[in-house]
Amino acid sequence: MLMKLATDFMGWIDKRLPVTDAWNKHLAQYPAPKNFNFWYFFGSLAMLVLVNQIVTGIWLTMNYEPSGDGAFASVEYIMRDVDFGWLLRYMHSTGASAFFVVVYMHMMRGLMYGSYQKPRELLWIFGMLIFLVLMAEAFMGYLLPWGNMSYWGAQVIISLFGAVPIIGDDLTLWIRGDYVISGATLNRFFALHVIAMPLVLVVLVFLHILALHEVGSNNPEGVDIKKPKGSVKPEELSKFTFHKQYSEKYDIVDAVPFHPYYSVKDIMGVAGFLFLFCWVMFFAPEGGGYFMEAPNFTPANGLKTPEHIAPVWYFGPFYTILRVVPDKLLGAVAMFGAIVMLFALPWFDRGVVKSVRYRSKLHLVNLIQFAICFVVLGALGTMPATPTANLIGVIASFGYFGFFIALWFYSKNENTKPVPERIAD
Amino acid sequence: MSNVPVNNGRRRFLTAATAVVGGVGVAGAAVPFIASWNPSARAKAAGAPVEVNIGKIQPGQLIRAEWRGKPVYIVRRTEKTVSNLAKHDDQLRDPNSEKAQQPVYATNAYRSIKPEFLVALGVCTHLGCAPTHHAGDFDQFVEGVPNGFFCPCHGSKFDMAGRVFQGVPAPLNLVVPDHSYINDDTLLIGVSQGDV
Repeated sequence: MLMKLATDFMGWIDKRLPVTDAWNKHLAQYPAPKNFNFWYFFGSLAMLVLVNQIVTGIWLTMNYEPSGDGAFASVEYIMRDVDFGWLLRYMHSTGASAFFVVVYMHMMRGLMYGSYQKPRELLWIFGMLIFLVLMAEAFMGYLLPWGNMSYWGAQVIISLFGAVPIIGDDLTLWIRGDYVISGATLNRFFALHVIAMPLVLVVLVFLHILALHEVGSNNPEGVDIKKPKGSVKPEELSKFTFHKQYSEKYDIVDAVPFHPYYSVKDIMGVAGFLFLFCWVMFFAPEGGGYFMEAPNFTPANGLKTPEHIAPVWYFGPFYTILRVVPDKLLGAVAMFGAIVMLFALPWFDRGVVKSVRYRSKLHLVNLIQFAICFVVLGALGTMPATPTANLIGVIASFGYFGFFIALWFYSKNENTKPVPERIAD
Repeated sequence: MSNVPVNNGRRRFLTAATAVVGGVGVAGAAVPFIASWNPSARAKAAGAPVEVNIGKIQPGQLIRAEWRGKPVYIVRRTEKTVSNLAKHDDQLRDPNSEKAQQPVYATNAYRSIKPEFLVALGVCTHLGCAPTHHAGDFDQFVEGVPNGFFCPCHGSKFDMAGRVFQGVPAPLNLVVPDHSYINDDTLLIGVSQGDV
């Protein structure tokens, strides 16, 4: 009786909005390669963190006061006087760092298994746009507590735009809305941080997933699970039912439906992630001064620069690239260039073999050196600039850019291993 | 793919167990979000009990105190005023204070702990305006009643125990807040006698 009522209700809905069809297309009958490993946790984790940021962010705005006079005090008010305000803020601040951890892992997965290669270029572009918006979102969010590091961090980054020839100074004035960073800057950053960027972010995530489901998920083997229609013997086909959008066009092999197979797997990932996340949130919410920097516990002061201005850790790699270039304009160009390179990655890689498992030793080495350089650049970004650090930074920067250049050269005629037809059991 | 036969009972148990444990987790995570809507420590401090010195109030005089952002009227009623209270019961909506607009210890003929002192919120029960105290000239509103409160917004009338007259928009008597006496000269608004 109750079941019939539920079925009738869903029938009524489905005639008007294809809810069941969408559920099947994207979850219950979405063909996902059967060999997803550890590296495939981070997409769903990024969504989890996004939800965390949105929900805790909404709650923080309930007590936060976006004004030069009130911002710092209102954050302390949230920390001390609002019931569970400290927890909501630590969820948000720890979430910001967790977001970048998860996104960097997610991007590394893409690099390892060639998930950016044809036909997934647009998927990769959407992902990079998400990364770019995320950086803007994090940067603007970091100004909001109106601590002294918020202030001077913003001062440094906004000054970067002053490097643009001719219009530079007017541009920085326009961004700040004042001759110095002031309440006007804070208010516009607040508006962008809580409304504009999150809207863009959510739309981009939606497009990212839609694009993913159009081309289908890659996998650690880099082997396509969609074979031309009619090319696979019936007994070789995956025994699951997949949505007709996929199964009508292709013969699908070595795949499982996303739900329940990967929804269950991702719950495991979520559990593991939350262990680490909660440990940081409850026992080390300041992240040893890397998630929340010491000068940020004093209010913004335009007359007193902190001794050592460092960005939050997740901007470290790009900040180091900026810093090692001795010219202001070229430094900014190099920094933005580092991100442009990532955008253009699908076209730097001229190879056809996707997974590092079947590519040349040279590619493996190149990939490892890139990962090491990225971590080194990140670490240097949080340290004071000494001549030694600078030298290491220059080397690591060459390693970073060298990855793309070298890839372009060797990928055309790479000494790859034979790629299997199917994903082995 | 493993070809082990499916054990549906076990599968159902695991699904239910996961759902229950997950549900507990979600419920736990909801606690801070719901609890943070409670009045903050600052709001609670602002809503803390207020001490008022009543030793210097002259008979017939009204003083105002602020408690939780609302005006509290404190009137030292003369003996004549107190004795007059019973004379116009037939003109009142709720002469015996049957509606719960006052603490139990103020549910009496003069709606207060001590007959001498009226303690009531200066907030009209119609739409929240502040009624004005008319000492001696209230009979322009109600014949034969010399003292009372008149709300200038919509003309509601209250007697010197904060009881509402009939035929006015206000439906209820003025609210008597929790209050107590620390000593003869000091009134504490917001805490009932014996609750400290």
